[in-house]
Amino acid sequence: MLRFIFTRLSLVIPTFIGITLLAFFLVRLVPGDPIETMAGERGIDAARHAQLLTEYGLDRPLLVQYGKYIERVVQGDLGKSIVTRENVLTEFGQLFPATIELAICAILIALIVGLPAGIIAAVKRNSIFDHGVMGISLTGYSMPIFWWGLLLILLFSVQLGITPVSGRIAVQYFIEPVTGFLTVDSLLAGDIDAFWSALSHLILPAIVLGTVPLAVIARMTRSAMLEVLGEDYIRTARAKGMAPIRVVALHALRNALIPIVTVIGLQVGALFTGAILTETIFSWPGVGKWLIEAISRRDYPVLQGGTLLLGVVVMSVNLFVDLLYGLINPRIRHAR
Amino acid sequence: MSTETLKVPATAPSAAPPHPVREFWTYFSANRGAVAGLVVIVLVLLCALLAPVIAPHDPNLTNNAVFLKPPFWQEGGSLSYPLGTDAIGRDILSRLLFGARLSLVIGIAVVALAIVVGIVLGLIAGYFKGLADIAIMRLMDILMTMPSLLLAIVIVAILGPGLMNAMLAVAIVVLPHYVRITRAAVIAESSKDYVVAAKVSGAQTVRLMFSEILPNCAAPLIVQATLGVSTAILDAAALGFLGLGAQPPTPEWGTMLADAREFVLRAWWVVTFPGLAILITVLAFNLLGDGLRDALDPKLKR
Repeated sequence: MLRFIFTRLSLVIPTFIGITLLAFFLVRLVPGDPIETMAGERGIDAARHAQLLTEYGLDRPLLVQYGKYIERVVQGDLGKSIVTRENVLTEFGQLFPATIELAICAILIALIVGLPAGIIAAVKRNSIFDHGVMGISLTGYSMPIFWWGLLLILLFSVQLGITPVSGRIAVQYFIEPVTGFLTVDSLLAGDIDAFWSALSHLILPAIVLGTVPLAVIARMTRSAMLEVLGEDYIRTARAKGMAPIRVVALHALRNALIPIVTVIGLQVGALFTGAILTETIFSWPGVGKWLIEAISRRDYPVLQGGTLLLGVVVMSVNLFVDLLYGLINPRIRHAR
Repeated sequence: MSTETLKVPATAPSAAPPHPVREFWTYFSANRGAVAGLVVIVLVLLCALLAPVIAPHDPNLTNNAVFLKPPFWQEGGSLSYPLGTDAIGRDILSRLLFGARLSLVIGIAVVALAIVVGIVLGLIAGYFKGLADIAIMRLMDILMTMPSLLLAIVIVAILGPGLMNAMLAVAIVVLPHYVRITRAAVIAESSKDYVVAAKVSGAQTVRLMFSEILPNCAAPLIVQATLGVSTAILDAAALGFLGLGAQPPTPEWGTMLADAREFVLRAWWVVTFPGLAILITVLAFNLLGDGLRDALDPKLKR
């Protein structure tokens, strides 16, 4: 087990270096002079230009610049936003809980609907339910979620007027951040009205973000269950006269869970991709919207820092899933 | 279709195995979803090819008299603008038809680029192993670690927004899949007897790689390429939607949606149709890809 952990951990270092290289070159590769790009259309005079060049260390050799960059990164200094003058790491810390809250709700919806749908589809193979689930999940998988979000706004916010169009909570509520999750914080503060407001803001974005993971989980659960249901020990259990529900729940599902857990882990990267689009549509104040705005404002420190941080988050989650995988599946940890 | 399947026993006597193409078609045509996907793709292709002929209007022609005109079945709509007009009076149907050209070109060009580079890198990694393998696969791992759209956004931020750069970005993002598939297939194939035989009879490295091993790795690559077209169309549309892909007034479906966003409250049709076009096209490619996988995967055959 220790050896497995060490091999897996040693793979983190090149990946981390790769992410920092990407973030580092992101700013260096932008065509044109970086100082002039940051200054924008107003332009900048030669003396100030030279001063800024030295200040940002841009007159040094690339390797030295990269070394300096890594040195700052490991100290947690990711630079300041050009627009807000705020520390990039601080801004990320303020916005990230919103993205996490959205992502957790999305994956919960995906699990609560996708897992049972996949199991029932596998058990009732080739039934109308099975075909229906497979058809719907392939449609969900093919869904352009930025359009799906607009459609849901059109239906629930415009036609039915049930849910708000954008934001995290109605403006009249102010909740002291404790966990950063507004639904949790409002409950902690004992403000039920604020909780309902936060929840009604959360539900549509979470459905939109959960759509693709839901489809993937339903399809994966079905195929993993089908594979397991064909095994000899399932036939044995059935032949012993075990109740069908026990066979499915105890014997089959437990063994089908390993590939399902992997797929859920792999969805984390996809969740952040989806979060960028979902947050843009619903004006959800998370890191995805922050990054897109950084691009349109040419706020390169934010783009650079945000890319690095999101990359590190996904890398860590992948690492965690891999280690967990080794823990629940002995075949994996002994194979290496 | 039915005559095709009926011919199979006639042309293939029970003793001899059926021709691979016939065998493939037998499996493929049994999958109704895959056939439906193929039909839709052919229709989209026809729309794209015939766009200048069948489109009722020029896709970029604005008409001051018909801002946000609803589709013909709604009150105030007319058949001269069957699916209505957008905020500056352009015909939505014509824009969708011309958009089909862009989306197909995007999907195919992205996959073509990714597959060519992916095959070369995968062959090198799988055939030579060692340092080249480690270097290439580590690089691919890093690319796969980044959330795909974020990576594409970063690449577009570096190169500047535009359709070409968006396509290049999406091609880089999907590249690792092709490299990994090729490498895995190459490793599985290169220890087989026919490769050893070719090597013993004096075949050069390049010949071994491209004319012996590669054709036997084709099946998984064909499946991935088909599914890859749908990913490419989706991702390019997402970039267009974020304002980083095709720039207005290009009638790209994602870009059309971005333009339509502010009118979601009063003109449902400007939002609904471009997205529906994306969904149908992407769904068709996914259905086709699933059907191809079932038909080409020898493990699933009897």
